[in-house]
Amino acid sequence: MGARVEPVSRLTKPLGIAALIVVAVLVLAPVGALLLRAEAGGVSAAVWPAIRFTLLQASLSALISVALAVPLAKALARRAFFGRGLMISLLGAPFLLPSIVAVLGLLAIWGRSGGVSDILALVGLGPLDIYGLNGVLLAHVFFNLPLATRMLLQGWQAVPSEHFRLAAQLDLAPRARFALFDIPVLRGAAPSALLVIFMLCMSSFAVVLALGGGPKASTIELAIYQALRFEFDLASAAQLAMVQLVFGLAAAALAFHFGKAAQFGGGLGAPFQNWDKRKGPKLLDGAVLVLAALFVALPLLAILAKGLVGLAALPSGLWGAFVVSFGVAMASTLLALGLSLALAQLIETSKRGGAIELFALLLLATSPFVIGTGLFIIINPFASPFALALPITALINAALALPIMLRILRPALSRVQQDYGRLAAGLGLSGWARFRLLTFPQIRPELGFATGLAAALSMGDLGVITLFAPPDVETLPLLMYRLMGSYQMEAAAGVALVLVASSFGLFYLFDKGGRGAGV
Amino acid sequence: MKNFLFAAAFCLPFGSVAAETLTVYTYDSFVSDWGPGPQIKTAFEAECDCTLEFVSAGDGAAMLARLRLEGERTEADVVLGLDNSLMEQARDLGIFAPLAATPEGLALPVAWEDDTFVPYDWGYLAFVYDNTRLTEVPDSFEALAASDLSIVIQDPRSSTPGLGLALWVKAAYGDDAAGIWQRLSDNVVTVTKGWSEAYGMFLEGEADMVLSYTTSPAYHLIAEDDASKSAVQFSEGHYLQVEVAAKLVSSEHGALADGFLAFITTDAFQNVIPETNWMYPATGAAVPEGFGSMITPAPVGGALTISDADRKAAVEEWVHALSQ
Repeated sequence: MGARVEPVSRLTKPLGIAALIVVAVLVLAPVGALLLRAEAGGVSAAVWPAIRFTLLQASLSALISVALAVPLAKALARRAFFGRGLMISLLGAPFLLPSIVAVLGLLAIWGRSGGVSDILALVGLGPLDIYGLNGVLLAHVFFNLPLATRMLLQGWQAVPSEHFRLAAQLDLAPRARFALFDIPVLRGAAPSALLVIFMLCMSSFAVVLALGGGPKASTIELAIYQALRFEFDLASAAQLAMVQLVFGLAAAALAFHFGKAAQFGGGLGAPFQNWDKRKGPKLLDGAVLVLAALFVALPLLAILAKGLVGLAALPSGLWGAFVVSFGVAMASTLLALGLSLALAQLIETSKRGGAIELFALLLLATSPFVIGTGLFIIINPFASPFALALPITALINAALALPIMLRILRPALSRVQQDYGRLAAGLGLSGWARFRLLTFPQIRPELGFATGLAAALSMGDLGVITLFAPPDVETLPLLMYRLMGSYQMEAAAGVALVLVASSFGLFYLFDKGGRGAGV
Repeated sequence: MKNFLFAAAFCLPFGSVAAETLTVYTYDSFVSDWGPGPQIKTAFEAECDCTLEFVSAGDGAAMLARLRLEGERTEADVVLGLDNSLMEQARDLGIFAPLAATPEGLALPVAWEDDTFVPYDWGYLAFVYDNTRLTEVPDSFEALAASDLSIVIQDPRSSTPGLGLALWVKAAYGDDAAGIWQRLSDNVVTVTKGWSEAYGMFLEGEADMVLSYTTSPAYHLIAEDDASKSAVQFSEGHYLQVEVAAKLVSSEHGALADGFLAFITTDAFQNVIPETNWMYPATGAAVPEGFGSMITPAPVGGALTISDADRKAAVEEWVHALSQ
């Protein structure tokens, strides 16, 4: 983090504080509401195994995802090949899959009767048994390796291409390049990626159960769901939510401690060219790219194949559900975009920027069930929560996307400030003109990626809408689950395909728009 | 135009008084286009001069949680979709009103007397398998545990059939339930959040059998013309799930709600159930031909309903036994 700077506009502070208030309400009010409404109850010692397993699987998921993302992101950063742009876009896809769709897609490849088991059977082995911690990690790496890769790739792409040319001219040894480029890039981007993935995996539960093989694989989130749904034990739900917040806080503090923004300085924006002509690394990168593409694409192809069959059986409510999902996604994306930009500017200019960012990141460690139930309790005395179902869903989806957007946008905004802040101040550039002429063009790739993620996340979300689901309102995920609940697995697969295609379409439009035509 | 506006302004208040709206909370699959909801709405509205509005609220347990959250404010007049595993918990809340009239013509596999809840359908839990892939099937939990067949089940902490299975084993084996679960643990491929995940995984071939209902094969037979699914009959008897409806004390449309509860046991309601909810009608109304080939087990012994404390204990025992 560089020296604190003057606000770039007189609106920076009020807007930022307004965003901060929204965040504070969403982090603190639901837990508070649950505690106030709670009659009796509280967590018992029986929750310890769930806490242990949550920490274990979330830490391992984050470490493995990021460790595997390092060679993949590096290969993507330094190689030009046919389909590279498409591959980078496709890396957004697993992250957007509704959990049940992803589980069935993964099982089509890795399950006991999946593709890999079939191949193993040919040579007299198998079948593969992935259920247990392995299965949980497989699914979480499938979801998050692509996200980690994109976050790290952004780090490498922030290195001006002139640096690489200079390194080639000086004929720097691999070790020197590693120290000059890779270490600073990783210190800048890896802690963020680890943190986001840890928090995402911490609140995962349908996937953990389905692939975990039994109640040994229970998470805190499942205990929260159980407390809110079966036991109506609001006290214990609130306490468990606080446990999640504490773990989120600890993880964020660790990430902040070890993270250090990379400072490469500004370049002239020349397109990247690979000056390294050695064969060995090239082959290795090729192998990494092919393996990663297979790992990500095969389950997606399985989902596609099943969905195509189901397209013939698409139900009548599909179009209405699409319109509702799309509307909610757009609203929550705009909200998340506004909140994250306002907060990011405030963090950049405030003396307590670090603390503010830490606080905002806690949103990711908050259970959607707790936010939903908490808001329900708060709203209920004043209005019917059903009447507000869609706005609330949009708000909660925006809240869950906000921390991820913040982690993607913050480094980009710091970089702009570092490289051009003084120049802009010298020129008297501020306010909207500064955003339009300087900030926007500079952070466009990050902005596109972050916005695309927010839109697609909201499109595929199920968690919150089920708490409020009003009559006659159906979103795509809700329609899909209702079909499955009525034995209509084929139609559900068709709806899943429409859902995934529209989520990915949204993500692609924003992401591609951000990266521009040439990248 | 002026006349029309005048007439409209004059008529509207009377119109809204005449057409009362009855709000019924129910579970998701009941209101979907393929569930019983749409047909039942049409049939009831034809005779009540009212609007019937279904509000979907997750599943039975989620519905109860939602009613508790809403408290006094709830707009629900009737709740449809609780079952015998939740009845005692629901009754203890004191938010349900006694029935205005005893339901008529009930034909459940067990004796039924209740002054608050009206049963609208019932079914037995059972393990379902693919009869083209499996020929030898176990005839009890003991035999299943001794076999190397794989099963996928639902978690009692998040799923109604999952809870039913835990209560089934408890009713059949009492103090030995934990032992049965320990011996079953190597048969359990995995445990899912809900029925849909488990059934989907079974159809993908991830397990030999899945916990579902004795009537599941009827769906495949009638709707898909596919006779490859069968249910296994267990000698311990099967867990009976009875789904019920009740009126809320706070309802402002009490008479209409009573009318709807009485409507539940008429043929207009009951005839819709088999081929939309894939359960047996509560009154012994006619079932389609395909239901004839389903297994007809006996109910497992023990009480039909369960207290809150016993339910918690059974779930905790399940978690403990399978976590070894």
